[in-house]
Amino acid sequence: MNAAVSPVLEARALSRRFGGYFAVAEMNLTVDKRSIHAVIGPNGAGKTTLFNLITGVLPPTMGDILVEGTQVAGSRPDRIARLGVVRTFQGVRLFPSMSALENVLVGRFCRTRGGYLAAFTRIPGKAGVTEAASRRRAEELLERVGLASRRHMRASELALADQRRLEIARALATDPQLLLLDEPVAGMNPVEVQEAGELFKSLRDEGITILLTEHHMSLVMAISDQITVMSYGRKIAEGTPEVIQRDPQVLAAYLGSEATS
Amino acid sequence: MLDPYIESILIFSGINVILALSLYLPVSAGLLSLGQGGFMAIGAYVSGYMTSVLGWPFAVALIAGGVSAGIVGLLVGLPSLRIKGVYLIIMTMGFGEIVRVFFLNFEPTGAASGMGGIPTETTLPIVVGVTVLVLLMCFQIRGSRIGRALEAVREDELAAEVIGINLTRIKVAIFGLGAAVAGIGGGLFAHYATFIDPGQFGFQRSAEIFIMVVLGGMGNFLGATVGALVVTILPEVLRVGDMQEWRMTFFGVLLVIIMIVRPMGLIGVRR
Ligand SMILES: Nc1ncnc2c1ncn2[C@@H]1O[C@H](COP(=O)(O)OP(=O)(O)O)[C@@H](O)[C@H]1O
Ligand SMILES: [Mg+2]
Repeated sequence: MNAAVSPVLEARALSRRFGGYFAVAEMNLTVDKRSIHAVIGPNGAGKTTLFNLITGVLPPTMGDILVEGTQVAGSRPDRIARLGVVRTFQGVRLFPSMSALENVLVGRFCRTRGGYLAAFTRIPGKAGVTEAASRRRAEELLERVGLASRRHMRASELALADQRRLEIARALATDPQLLLLDEPVAGMNPVEVQEAGELFKSLRDEGITILLTEHHMSLVMAISDQITVMSYGRKIAEGTPEVIQRDPQVLAAYLGSEATS
Repeated sequence: MLDPYIESILIFSGINVILALSLYLPVSAGLLSLGQGGFMAIGAYVSGYMTSVLGWPFAVALIAGGVSAGIVGLLVGLPSLRIKGVYLIIMTMGFGEIVRVFFLNFEPTGAASGMGGIPTETTLPIVVGVTVLVLLMCFQIRGSRIGRALEAVREDELAAEVIGINLTRIKVAIFGLGAAVAGIGGGLFAHYATFIDPGQFGFQRSAEIFIMVVLGGMGNFLGATVGALVVTILPEVLRVGDMQEWRMTFFGVLLVIIMIVRPMGLIGVRR
């Protein structure tokens, strides 16, 4: 394995049981650096649960999760985030009464220093060196996702598409190496989906690896380098978009389930 | 010269503002406590013992009282701040009772008969000075890196955690800081009252502090400040202050009215 395609994430025999049901069963997943990797599958296939395991929101019942070789199975979410694995949620989770700018600024927390003493000794109205740098970075990210003009709006007042973009900007503020996006374009119109796709590709080109789940098949097929197909918690197929589109098992799993818009 | 009655109201106003802010601090991270009376007691007894028995200077005793309460706050917070919402309130209530019962039985500080002979050291300028310092502290936290993290934790713990915020550290630190401020408030109280007994720091005290913050508005430190002033001054204006048994009834009715008319508190706006 050469450096260019070394995995940023590896899951081995990863399982999660709820009661008697395995929402994720014996999943093996390798996500290569600088790739867009999609996980698709019908509703209830276990995609969100897989994300919860990788980001430490839920501990796995069994199995290993390696982030650049470091075992993180069972670690707390904040530790995993500091290792560079950060996610968004299928049902957006912002800090609703904070402004768009503040939401992104909070994302800088884990990459900056300064506790109570720094807070007490700062000069009111004047941003210190770290704070000024955080602000610049947050403004850049808002610009990047197209929210610069709405940076002082409360997160709860933003339209759904903007909330999804803001959540991505907040995740980017943590300097992630692996970004997990759980249905990032759900509820977006075709133009917004198109823009989101461009954003994801440009992030990959800058070196950020993206693992995403999506039901929007034309987007998945257009931007993904690798696709993993899940059904009932298990991996049923894996490969490039061309391979997946022709896989009979995949077609069977999707038959009669949601429309492949 | 200031009228002694007015002066005493002003001193109690300042002490109550400090106590309300001691609760506002953990509330700013979503941690509700009905045990601030317990931390106040620790500050009062530790500082009172140091000045009256050990003869230490007031300033040193006051700080030692705050630090002691803060350390107890950290020790209590570390294992317990995984608890959320109503369970945390019950836990802090239990803590307040434990502290009260401890001092009720602790002979070196007079047990049930209380501790007298504490020198009068708390003057109006000192109370004003400490109140301003605590207000300044809250002002500086708000909008700082740490202040935003506190707000984020209050708004959505899980979202804060997945972007790298260590919930335990944030919560325990602010809980300890609040406890230390309550301890300072207790020290000021002890050196004004000159006599303290465990009953002064029981559930009723904790509830009163709680009411100040809820009444004024939990989203903003100015809310806690206004709440404390209302709770201190209004009964005096209406002359219900000396009817001890009606005090809590009065606050209860006031709280019900405010919650109906302005559920976000008197100062409902954020920042
Ligand atoms: N916290 C939970 N407790 C119990 N069951 C859960 C939990 N989370 C997910 N599940 C179950 O696991 C299965 C997979 O769900 P999910 O991972 O959300 O699927 P997807 O994201 O692919 O639609 C579903 O049957 C769901 O009901
Ligand atoms: Mg899902």
